[in-house]
Amino acid sequence: MTIHEQPHACPQQLTLKDFKSSVEPIWCSGCGDFGVLQALQRALAELGRPPHEVVVVSGIGCSSRLPAYTTAYGFHGVHGRALPVATGLKLARPDLEVITVGGDGDGYSIGGNHFLHAARRNVDLTYIVMDNRVYGMTKGQPSPTTEADWDSDAAPGGTGVKPFSPLAIALAAGANFVARGFALDVKPLAAMIVEAVRHPGFSFLEILSPCITFRPEEMEWKKSVERGAIQPTSDRAQATATVLSDTEMATGIFFKGDRGTYREAPRGHGDPEKIAAQFRVGGTAHMVPEDSACCGGGRAL
Amino acid sequence: MSEARKSVAIVIAGSGGTGAITAGSAILAAAARDGHYGLMTKLSGAQVRGGEAAALLEVGVDPIESQPDRFDCLIALDWQDVHRFAPEIPLDASSLIVCDPKNGAVPEAIARSGARIIELPIAEIASSVEGGRINMVGFGIAAELAGLEAGAVDEAIRAMIGGKGERAVTASLGASAAGRAAFAATGTSMKLPAGRKAERWMLSGNEAVGLGALRGGITFVAAYPITPATEITEWLAVQMQEFGGRVVLAEDEIAAVNMCCGSSFGGAPTMTITSGPGLALKVETIGLAIAAEIPMVIVDVMRVGPSTGIPTKSDQGDLDIALHGTPGDAPRVVVAPISIADCPATTERAVHLAEALQTPVMLLSDQSIGQTQTIIDIPADRPAPLTRSTVPFATGPDFRRYVLTDSGVSPMPAPGTPDCQWVADGLSHAESGHPSNSAANHVAQIEKRKRKLETFDFGDTWGEVHGPADAPLALLAFGSSVGPAKVAAERLTAAGTPTRVVALRLLSPVPKAKLAAALAGAKRTVVVEQNHSGQLYRHLRGERALPHGAESFARPGPAPFRAAEIVAHISQEVAA
Ligand SMILES: Cc1ncc(C[n+]2csc(CCOP(=O)(O)OP(=O)(O)O)c2C)c(N)n1
Ligand code: SF4
Ligand SMILES: [Mg+2]
Repeated sequence: MTIHEQPHACPQQLTLKDFKSSVEPIWCSGCGDFGVLQALQRALAELGRPPHEVVVVSGIGCSSRLPAYTTAYGFHGVHGRALPVATGLKLARPDLEVITVGGDGDGYSIGGNHFLHAARRNVDLTYIVMDNRVYGMTKGQPSPTTEADWDSDAAPGGTGVKPFSPLAIALAAGANFVARGFALDVKPLAAMIVEAVRHPGFSFLEILSPCITFRPEEMEWKKSVERGAIQPTSDRAQATATVLSDTEMATGIFFKGDRGTYREAPRGHGDPEKIAAQFRVGGTAHMVPEDSACCGGGRAL
Repeated sequence: MSEARKSVAIVIAGSGGTGAITAGSAILAAAARDGHYGLMTKLSGAQVRGGEAAALLEVGVDPIESQPDRFDCLIALDWQDVHRFAPEIPLDASSLIVCDPKNGAVPEAIARSGARIIELPIAEIASSVEGGRINMVGFGIAAELAGLEAGAVDEAIRAMIGGKGERAVTASLGASAAGRAAFAATGTSMKLPAGRKAERWMLSGNEAVGLGALRGGITFVAAYPITPATEITEWLAVQMQEFGGRVVLAEDEIAAVNMCCGSSFGGAPTMTITSGPGLALKVETIGLAIAAEIPMVIVDVMRVGPSTGIPTKSDQGDLDIALHGTPGDAPRVVVAPISIADCPATTERAVHLAEALQTPVMLLSDQSIGQTQTIIDIPADRPAPLTRSTVPFATGPDFRRYVLTDSGVSPMPAPGTPDCQWVADGLSHAESGHPSNSAANHVAQIEKRKRKLETFDFGDTWGEVHGPADAPLALLAFGSSVGPAKVAAERLTAAGTPTRVVALRLLSPVPKAKLAAALAGAKRTVVVEQNHSGQLYRHLRGERALPHGAESFARPGPAPFRAAEIVAHISQEVAA
């Protein structure tokens, strides 16, 4: 690995408690998102960055309420736009650990375009999607990962539209780390999050997180999840083939790549008067800088 | 001409590839070096690239802030499709048309102006010089017509072409000299009096906004390309290679404004840049930034709308969306530069305001300001800096991000600050920042955001008054409508109707007391703006900021406002 020489602070002795806030979650009792929250808190403790050096960014949805439940800094923005917020933040402040969280509606539907471009840009972010295959917060409508025949008021008899594979999309768009986890397997999930955060570039974690209220049948995932069946590879094509052929129930890390991350911002002199000098014309005090006199003569017509 | 000529208005036009715009830029550059002021707008055909183009110039002894009513001379490098510009190039019987007989007769749409035609073998003159190009001959003709000093003309060529090597410079110098000589032989001249030589700036409004951004301390820009705003983004991307900072090309305008939320939350002074359709996409997030109190500057270079409208032409129709375009009640700051010369300071100030008030500040420019190039006196002053309050009153459990203060502003520590962790939230929140549905919290926070704007002292930056302060007639304008309103006021005053211009820079919150003082004693107030429905007029009426009986003179783009049109409107209403 050639990248990710971030100036991580010295790991401190932190525990899950250090990341537990006093805000009471609004989630239904039994919601899978509790497991993800706990796993994230454990992972952050293990990573050893103090809460004030971590920012959890989200959009809107049940899952997107998560930032207030940690003691880190947080940004709970508008629906679907968590990744751009996280991108701007990480680019402005590469010293911070930026974790983005949200739901399948937030990330794959309204925010789908940003998902593609965050993976393509490969900024050093971790993106955790709590996929319950439903819009929970708006009380049970089908999302881009909902089965075609899932019956609901919004789509009686099902949408008839095949769900897509977020992992395959992430791989195609250039994500540098792609994994699937299960919300209720808290310990392995925490370990997976730690790996994702440590991996440079855009790390994507699709977490199967049951919605007990609108998809109670998803509690069966406890049984149907296939654990330990996946071996990580650095071969994108091979990872894609695995993703496309699996049952969408296998958990593990599918892909760990070594794409270069988004380039650093230029560091400059920061003196606007040096920049303003290019506009000077006439007079005798200053020579006109070469090639700068014609603002727009040849450019941007 | 009995009176000494103060300016000369020239058009250089030609088909794609003839270099009419380059010739126009060269005239502006030469005029600047000869101590003159000037203004240049560009016209181009509907083709994406390579169609007919025209440089519309006025150069003269005083600063120029609006398009002329008519042109003194049209220099046609050829005639192919140039007639399409006829409505935008007003000529009359005292104008000149300089053209090459080889290109055929003057098109009827242009000839019918009755302008005097001077035929010169432009192409032949160009080919008499090795590597000579017709646009440089045209440049020489224009320079001679305006009586620009030879030294200034040559220096302008060197500055513009120098980068292309000595051969190109020699060819251009030769072609321009040959054009000058050929025109001198016609015995016609519109020579300007000697200019006051001084160091000045030559720049476009878009560049001036870019400079203001850097001066204000912007280090992060996210934007999606859109005419006529893209040049600001591109200019900043290039300058930041040297200056430092970052321009991110976002996947769309929503991503751009959300990236700005992130970078600003991280502590960086931040800007996004767009035009009307992009602003429409950003409004949901602008509401978030207002609610979560995230500073940023949002530049809108307005163009003709709705929808795609006329992307390359000016209009002031985004005022409504800038003032009101968000879900819920979201008080905001909207400012507009009143000229190109005003762009650096107003943009710099917009950054300061955003940082100090922890809120998005909308900067409304327009195509007429953004894509026009001009010569201005170097602005003497820069606004005093204002910064973000980041030092908390208390830390640990007592830290409250949205603590209620008299000013409405509460400290905003950036991530990385120990013991101050807070969550920026679009949900209604308590002082702590924690989500809250309580009516008391909601109302307290909404009032807090309004109080920030109401208690802040905007000082003298609210706007300007030009002309006799006790004039009975007042023209009230913003943005690019100010320039033509000022010329109209001067003419009306000279003709016996003393007229003042109130140029409004702070569009929201409305500076009611300042406006009342600026309009005091006016018997008649006319709000002049370039949109169809009188958006500024409605806004000021709604705020009860206009005197009883104030009138609206509103008309949409794409045609630029000209002083004569405003004078005619005022005079006709007087007569009626
Ligand atoms: C612009 C906008 N459109 C629609 C909504 C309504 N809305 C809120 S959450 C949500 C879907 C959330 O689904 P998901 O991201 O899967 O989160 P979950 O609740 O399932 O965790 C919708 C449609 C909104 N808040 N904003
Ligand atoms: S509705 Fe579903 S996703 Fe939302 S909190 Fe309840 S169980 Fe969780
Ligand atoms: Mg969901």
